[in-house]
This record gives sequence, structure tokens and C-alpha cells, in this order.
Amino acid sequence: MAVPIVCGIETEYGIIVRNVGRGESPESNPMAASSTLVSSYVSDLADHGRGVGRPHRVGWDFEDETPANDARGGPSPYSYAPEVESHLVNAVLTNGSRYYVDHAHPELSTPECRTALQALLYDRAGEEILLHSMRVAPNWMQPGQEIVVYKNNSDGKGQSYGCHENYMLSRGLPFGRLVTNATAHFVTRQIYCGAGKVGTELPGVRRDAVNFQISQRADFFEEEVGLETTLKRPIINTRDEPHADARKYRRFHVIIGDANMSEVATFLKLGTTALWMAVIDDDAVDRTFHFARPIPALRQISNDLSLSEPVEMADGTTMTALEIQWEIFRMCSAYAESHGLEAVGEDVGEMVLDRWRLVLEGLESDPMSLAGQVDWIAKYRLLNGYRERHDIDWGDARLRAMDLQYHDIRPEKSLARRVGLETLTEPAAVQAAMSSPPEDTRAWFRGTCLQRFADDIVAANWDSLVFDTGGSSLRRVPMLEPTRGTKEHVGELLDSVSTAAELIAKLGAT
Amino acid sequence: MPEREQIKKSAPARTEETEVEDLAPNESGSKIKAELDDLLDEIDEVLETNAEDFVKSYIQKGGE
Repeated sequence: MAVPIVCGIETEYGIIVRNVGRGESPESNPMAASSTLVSSYVSDLADHGRGVGRPHRVGWDFEDETPANDARGGPSPYSYAPEVESHLVNAVLTNGSRYYVDHAHPELSTPECRTALQALLYDRAGEEILLHSMRVAPNWMQPGQEIVVYKNNSDGKGQSYGCHENYMLSRGLPFGRLVTNATAHFVTRQIYCGAGKVGTELPGVRRDAVNFQISQRADFFEEEVGLETTLKRPIINTRDEPHADARKYRRFHVIIGDANMSEVATFLKLGTTALWMAVIDDDAVDRTFHFARPIPALRQISNDLSLSEPVEMADGTTMTALEIQWEIFRMCSAYAESHGLEAVGEDVGEMVLDRWRLVLEGLESDPMSLAGQVDWIAKYRLLNGYRERHDIDWGDARLRAMDLQYHDIRPEKSLARRVGLETLTEPAAVQAAMSSPPEDTRAWFRGTCLQRFADDIVAANWDSLVFDTGGSSLRRVPMLEPTRGTKEHVGELLDSVSTAAELIAKLGAT
Repeated sequence: MPEREQIKKSAPARTEETEVEDLAPNESGSKIKAELDDLLDEIDEVLETNAEDFVKSYIQKGGE
């Protein structure tokens, strides 16, 4: 059986500094602004007695980071491996997430989650953490300045930043099987998880050569398989850094997705992918799809708002993205019957299948009926309505501004908040998830230890916590099993101790 | 695609109700249009005041 597909999502946000009332500040440094944003949040927590460690923050432990390892075998001798930037601000929060500066963007990685619905909740909590950071950041900035962040993936001028997903899979799953089947999904799932974009950003092509396209990211992918994430981006990223027991697990690092404002889209992006991963992991795929040319197919589908253009397959036939999605859906439904949905959580798996079917039916019969669920359709409907009312072209700056503003996370400015998107989370649950970890992964141990013993924790990573309890040496607690360290697993143990030293002693004794 | 056909077959058969069903999309279509009109009526208040400057100055570095 497939392993439990622990999942999570990492979002890099676009960031600008504005002089209040006088527009953007031209001299702003995005790296400094990102650092200010993260530091402001952590400092504000500390000011309210909810600090996350000394000095008011717990550092990230880079000892086990190996982003240059390639899933195709060992460290890569030839690719541009990502560099780990240990000097930038890095915080681990009590909800188990990591909040940090990556290149020139603030980034929030959700804690490890057991289901797509839970990962959605923590992605939403992440948005609220960014929003709170923006609200308090001016306290640490020059008078009259503010930071605004956007949950999108491109600046409209050829620069892209990512929203990555992670899925825990069996180490035994042959990578070749994963590549073929995952590619079919990643090229086609954009028809319901695309966030929509005005124009094109393909190098050497005029921005207005395309009016509107489905995906924010399709223009930026150049390779089918590879290790890079910032240059020559591949559909399948081969980073092999499991953050878990490498003999048992791999972490599939997915870089192709758009950041979604729609909760339904985020849920479907994670839910359909996790379920399809379970089918692949259990070798229950009964039909494979090979594109004649995957990269052109990705772009062709992104540019086809009619969803009807056939895409060339390697065997000389053609299929539409919708047809391929119906087939993947069919195999996932059959898998639910034959294997059950334990790998993705029974109830959530059922919900994924229901929503998936409804969205495919909607795309087939009347895509505009999905303006409350699918980002690209919600954005298209709004912008096209504005365009018709004011009789302007797609190249008009007002439409490009609206494209950006759709992703503004301030409720009073966000256009996504005004278009009537359906929500799947409760506001109170989102608020709670800003500071409390999920209960059914190791994130519970990480988050709970940070809530209770922050002053004794000197460093944290996905798979370890390092304690300084005053003894002669630091104590490292490994957490190589993502499904252990849950509330059920260590709740009683944590309840039974009152200090970190006691905890370490008890852990050492077992 | 057996699963898909099965789903379609399980949908209510179209008989004399066709006219009613045909009306329904129009009603919801015009409701959707009215909602969009309301949204467009009020949207100018929240849009960035100088679209051209805003778009020009929204410059990001590549990430990931």
C-alpha cells in the first residue's frame, strides 16, 4: 500500500515597499523588505509574550539540508543546485511552519499535513501570518513606509517565483514511473488550478501577443525533468531531499503550480495530486499518457481558454487536457474502490473525488459557472467584464493592475476577495492554525515543543529539534518519521513533563 | 472512458422537462451578469489609483 501521503505547500510572495500615499518606493530592496517583514512578525509575537525562542526566534538548522541531491542518483555534478542561504532571516513558528526569506521573497512553508484539506488550512493560516506581518511591519520601518505582499507567481515582466508542493512517497517507487504519470497531471491540471494571467512572458514574444492565459507559470518552464528551480525550470523537479528516513521515503518536490487565491483550487491542486500519487505509488495506473512535446503542450493548454484544442501525443493521436483529466479522475475513482483512500485520508479523499468530478463537468459544459471556484475563470470574468464596460484592450495597464491586485492579500484591496469565491475553511480554524500545529504529523511535536520550551530550543529543522537544557552538550532529537510525533503518539509524554530537561530525559530513557 | 459515461448516464434523463432546464441556465446566467455588474460598479473605488505606475513599479526578482 502507498505510504500515508504527508503533504505541504511552500509559497513565495511578491513584495513591494510603498511610501504611504505616494506610491511605490523605487529604491526599495526586496531582500531587506522581506527580512523586515519576517522579523516584524516574530518581534511582534515576542512583544505580546508569544515569542518563538531565544532571542525571540528559533534558528533554522541547516545541517541536514541537501538540496543538490538528485532523485536520479546522488548529488548532481552538472546542474545548478539551489544554494542554501543561511544568513537570511529564518523562523520556525509554533504552528510548525517555517517562515523565512528565500532569495528576494518572503516565504512560508506550511507544516507537514496529513490531508489536502489540512494543508489548505495551513496555507490560509500562512496568508494571515503574512497579512499580520504587513500590518505590524511599519513599526520597524521608516515613517510613512509600508510593505505590501501579493500571492502570485510573476511580476508580468518575466520574473517568476514559486508555490511549491511536497508529497511524501515510498522510496521504492521507481522514479521513471513517477515522471511519466506525474507529467500527465501537471501539464493538464492547470485547467482548474491555474490562477490566470494577462498576456505572455515568453522571452522574445510581445507581452500582448496573448490576451489572457490560464496559468501564471506555464511561460517559465523549459525542461521536462531537472534539478533546477530558478533557471530552466523543469516540469518534474528531481530534488531528492526527503527530510525523513531516506531509506523509506522520498519527498516529491513539485514546482509547477500556481499560487491560488481560491480555496477550492488550492484544495484540488493538493488533493488531486496526492490521490494521483497514491495511485502511482501503488502501481494502479492502467493507462499512461506521453505528450509528443510536453513543454509546448503545457503552454498550448495554458493559452487555450476554450479548453478544446487537441494536444499531440507521442503515439500520433491527440487528446484535450479535459480528456486526460477525466482519465486520471477515472483511475483515481477506480483506485478508491480497489485500494481505499487511506493514503490521502478517507473522508478527504471522497471530497476530492466529488469536487474533482464537479469541476471537470463544469469545465466541460459551462466554464463560467466555475467563477466561484477556479481562479483563472474568476479573474477572467472580472477583467473581461471591466474590459467590455470600458471598451479597452487586453494590453491596457488597468487590466494588468487588476491582474496583480487580484492577488493582494489585504482583504480591503484584494480583488479575489470580491469575486465571490467559495471557501472551505472556517475563519476561527484559520486563526487557530496561525499558532497551533496539525495534530497528526510530527509537526505537532515541533510546534508543541516551541509553544512550551522555546527558550530551550536552539535550532529546528523539518526532521530534528536541537535542545540546550543547560547540560554539557546540546541534545538533538531526530524526527525522521513524519507520521510520528503526533498528538496521539507523544501527547501523553508531553503532558507528563514540565521542562525540556525532563522531556529529553524521558525521550532518552525510551 | 467508462466512468465518465456512467456518470453522464446517471444524470436525470431529459424528457419534457427540457424547456425548464433550458430556462435555468438563462436565469442563473442573468443573475451572474447582475452580480458582475454590481461588482464592476463598485470596483473603481478599490482599484490602484495610478494603474500605469503601479504596474511599472511592480518589479520582482526571480525566486525559488
